[in-house]
Amino acid sequence: MNVAAPQSPLLRWVYRGYMLAFLIYLAAPLFAAGMFAFNDSMFPALPWNGFTLDWFFSSTEPKIGMFHDRRLLRGLQNSLIIGVAVSAMAVAAGTCNAFLFERKQFPGKNIFYILMIVPLVIPGVILGISLLVFASMIANGLEETFGIEWDFLRPGIFLVILGQFSFLTTITSLVIAARLRKFDIALEEAAFNLGASRLRVLMTVTLPYLMPALFSAFVVAFLVSFENFNTTLMLVGSDAPLTITMYDRMVKVGSTPVLNAVSFFLMVGSGALALLSVVVQRKDEQT
Amino acid sequence: MARSDVTKLSFILLFAPFALWIALLIILPQLGIGYISLREKVGPGEYTFGVSNYVAFLSEPIYWNTLLRTAWMSILVTAMALIVGFPVAYYIAKIAQRRSRAALFLMCLIPLWVSDLVRAFGWIVILRETGLVSSFLQKIGLVSGPVEFLYNDATVVMGLVYTVVLFMIVPLVSTLDGMDNSLIEAGYNLGGSRFTVFRRIVVPYAMPGIVAGCIIVFMLTAGSYLTPILLGGKNSMWFTEQIYEQFVTRYNWESGATFGVLLLVFTSFVVWLGLRLTDQSLASTVAKD
Repeated sequence: MNVAAPQSPLLRWVYRGYMLAFLIYLAAPLFAAGMFAFNDSMFPALPWNGFTLDWFFSSTEPKIGMFHDRRLLRGLQNSLIIGVAVSAMAVAAGTCNAFLFERKQFPGKNIFYILMIVPLVIPGVILGISLLVFASMIANGLEETFGIEWDFLRPGIFLVILGQFSFLTTITSLVIAARLRKFDIALEEAAFNLGASRLRVLMTVTLPYLMPALFSAFVVAFLVSFENFNTTLMLVGSDAPLTITMYDRMVKVGSTPVLNAVSFFLMVGSGALALLSVVVQRKDEQT
Repeated sequence: MARSDVTKLSFILLFAPFALWIALLIILPQLGIGYISLREKVGPGEYTFGVSNYVAFLSEPIYWNTLLRTAWMSILVTAMALIVGFPVAYYIAKIAQRRSRAALFLMCLIPLWVSDLVRAFGWIVILRETGLVSSFLQKIGLVSGPVEFLYNDATVVMGLVYTVVLFMIVPLVSTLDGMDNSLIEAGYNLGGSRFTVFRRIVVPYAMPGIVAGCIIVFMLTAGSYLTPILLGGKNSMWFTEQIYEQFVTRYNWESGATFGVLLLVFTSFVVWLGLRLTDQSLASTVAKD
């Protein structure tokens, strides 16, 4: 008998009903956004005119599918570039941070630890504008005093990467540090005793142990980067990532089923990635 | 090379990226908007310093009303997310069978990996005049014409709760998971009613999770941009929208930076107050993973 559960059968059913209602609430908008990608109509609305894949693959006006829409494809490409670059950087920096806070003792460690968490509690819009302001101040200063034009400090992919990096690093650091905390230091000592160099121990003992955490940190960072909007919006230049392109389309053109197709594509893609990272972690916990 | 030198070198190598990251991407940019917010344009390329941007904020009711409105709505959304999310977290952590627990938890996490934009778009498709709910109501004859469910505050709150409730559930599940059922049993054995056991045992035990969830949810809500705009329309009066407008539409960086500083100070204050009132620290709540 589970003492934590309601005792009367009626209450138990009410509770189950609540859970079901909650899951429906969670699924409803995702379902609605995905469903109309397959409706053979010019608008993402009822009535249902039959199943079609045109909104993915059609190349003729007026129904241009997402795989033939040049702007959406360019957005997707920019998102991929930004996502891979920022995740790689965030995992690298996160690994350094994890070692710094798990292995080193230094004065002011607690304050630095809080500083490490702070980026997570600053609203994304503020991270965006502050970086925009700061980069422009540097760029203007350089231009006025030395006459150097550093275009990468103007809104564009580089600033988007920096902006996302600024808070993703906190997430990757926490994920990797959690795994490093569980590491048995005796394994490293054994390797040292057997005559291995520091580098060798790191490459053959510690990093392989951290691998699952590095992988899931990368996936999490990639997904968050891919779906990020607030920080990106403030830093975006002419080469916008997919979420911004989609938003522009929604506001300027209004909603067409091609946006549903993109939504469906994003849901399937990120769902698969998230599942992959869960599977890797699960497998790792069993060993 | 002596061992202590190696230790020192490796410390410097590990500390350098951390210091660069925090200094260049967090601290200096924040000081940067602080600096810009104190600047006032008097002519082309000429500036004086003063608090006139802040005075302008206070003297324009629409600005501080927007901030207050954002604050109240965020607190409301946080409370709603707690009320909606707590039973779900309790079910996952304490009631569900071992097998279904993992599945339920995963199902709750799925929307987390879908962009805000897609979720808001989904709600638009459901709730707008030509949307699913409206067509359904017309079909069963409850209403005669199309009904618009978008562009009102209730929808905005509902949509915001939707986007943030998962950040409430995750920390709650992880704290409730650690609670031993015998604590509840002991409460009953000592004659406690359901309500007493809940209030005196379950809630205090879950407190770190509640605080962590509330902080994250509040920050996310106050800083959200897409959901209020897309579900509330252009006149949803959300503070981040004002910041965006000042920066991008009006190109008035001075007042945009002022708004940014105000939002940051305000949200930090609420987080600090929350931690203070419940005797928690940032490291023990938000970073607890």
